Amino acid sequence: MSEVLERVRKIVIDHLDADPDKVTEKASFIDDLEADSLDIVELVMAFEEEFDIEIPDDSAEHILTVGDAVAYIDGKLKS
Amino acid sequence: MVRRVVITGLGLVSPLGNGVEISWKRLLEGKSGAGPITAFDTTDYACTVACEVPTVDGRGGGGPDIEGSFDPSAVLSNKERRKVDDFILYAIAAADEALNDANWHPESDEDQERTGTLIGSGIGGLGIIADTALELRDKGPKRISPFFIPSSLINLASGQVSIRHGLKGPNHSVVTACATGAHAIGDAARLIMFGDADVMVAGGAESAIVPVGIAGFIACRALCTAFNDAPEKASRPYDKDRDGFVMGEGAGIVVLEEYEHAKARGAKIYAEVLGYGLTGDAYHITAPSETGDGGYRAMVAAAKNGNIDPATIDYVNSHGTSTMADGIELKAIEKFLGERAATGTVSSTKSAIGHLLGGAGAVEAIFCTLAIRDQIAPPTINLDNPDVDTPIDLVPHKAKPMKIKRVLSNSFGFGGTNAALILGAVDE
Repeated sequence: MSEVLERVRKIVIDHLDADPDKVTEKASFIDDLEADSLDIVELVMAFEEEFDIEIPDDSAEHILTVGDAVAYIDGKLKS
Repeated sequence: MVRRVVITGLGLVSPLGNGVEISWKRLLEGKSGAGPITAFDTTDYACTVACEVPTVDGRGGGGPDIEGSFDPSAVLSNKERRKVDDFILYAIAAADEALNDANWHPESDEDQERTGTLIGSGIGGLGIIADTALELRDKGPKRISPFFIPSSLINLASGQVSIRHGLKGPNHSVVTACATGAHAIGDAARLIMFGDADVMVAGGAESAIVPVGIAGFIACRALCTAFNDAPEKASRPYDKDRDGFVMGEGAGIVVLEEYEHAKARGAKIYAEVLGYGLTGDAYHITAPSETGDGGYRAMVAAAKNGNIDPATIDYVNSHGTSTMADGIELKAIEKFLGERAATGTVSSTKSAIGHLLGGAGAVEAIFCTLAIRDQIAPPTINLDNPDVDTPIDLVPHKAKPMKIKRVLSNSFGFGGTNAALILGAVDE
């Protein structure tokens, strides 16, 4: 498991009180992890803080799953 | 035909414990909920005492093995917990207890739409507002939590309770400083009387034992500063050594119900809301008028509203904050009771639980309800040397078993806002 995925999973589990087994790359924040739109705003802020990056709103709109977040953050860290 | 309103459920989170029965038991035993402030470092604060809710994490003298300690995780998950300030948390817990006590869990559309919520607070999410302001200064606007606003808005206590229980009737709130809880119950009763709802979940909640809350009331010269070394002695209404109120926190919630509705479903009926009066002092932002005129007129208005002879009031739970205003209120009560003052009974339960600000009126209405149920007046503790000249029995130190059919509860707030509630045993 990539380091980014591990760190993203930890934030998601913590912020959403989610069952760790359910926090897979494919898991959708809203459909699988019971998040609402405000939870996602808070999650994105936590990702920004953890990885010291900025995630603009129009990018955040496309982060719907754990895997989406990992891919976006990976891309940011490499650029 | 006026619709009658009765109380069918009670819920409390108080400095004496989590829950109605343990708080009431400790109140009657003359226990104090005061202690040194544990919520934050009080170095440089002129007042270092408060009546905190005993909590399993050690706050307010609570602990995992201490009976009556409040456990936030039993109320909300960690995820939900982060979305509410403590005043909302307390309101949710007290509303859960009140609705369970009333055995009212509306499921049909009609029952849900006929049940409303009216919970107020004096200052709401003061702690979160202060913390967020610091975060804004230190980290900028992008770091502000999306839950900041909904966690601190006063009407979100009503909002959260309504969402949790599916209450789709009137969704309202009250903000009248230290009169909030009494106004919430009085206004909710009127919503039922006017037919807007058949059941209302009503009361008040507060969580202002935070640095800006304590510092702010110190600055108003309102808090007790002479008993930092003896917290349990700090709240002493009517006593000659009183020197300011002691901050409390928690929530009091009642289930109000239209009388026939309650009877039809076989609900346990505690008491009836007989009268409600509201007035303004139009005098000063923090001090009551020197004659107690505003409070007196509120009591008169409540009696007139319920067509009640003041001489039939057996027990009065006074506003009695342990400040210089205690004597002013007492004179107003004497005037109101008239010849009954000679055999009158008045106590201030703030002596035990401190001043819950927006929660106070609701918590005290619950104590009044229990006084009717158990035929006993709770004591004014710490009343060692009364400095008021009155024929009224102020119930010093020890609870007083007595015949109680009708009670009056007074609540007065900054800005010169006054509320009086008269509750009574139900006449069939």
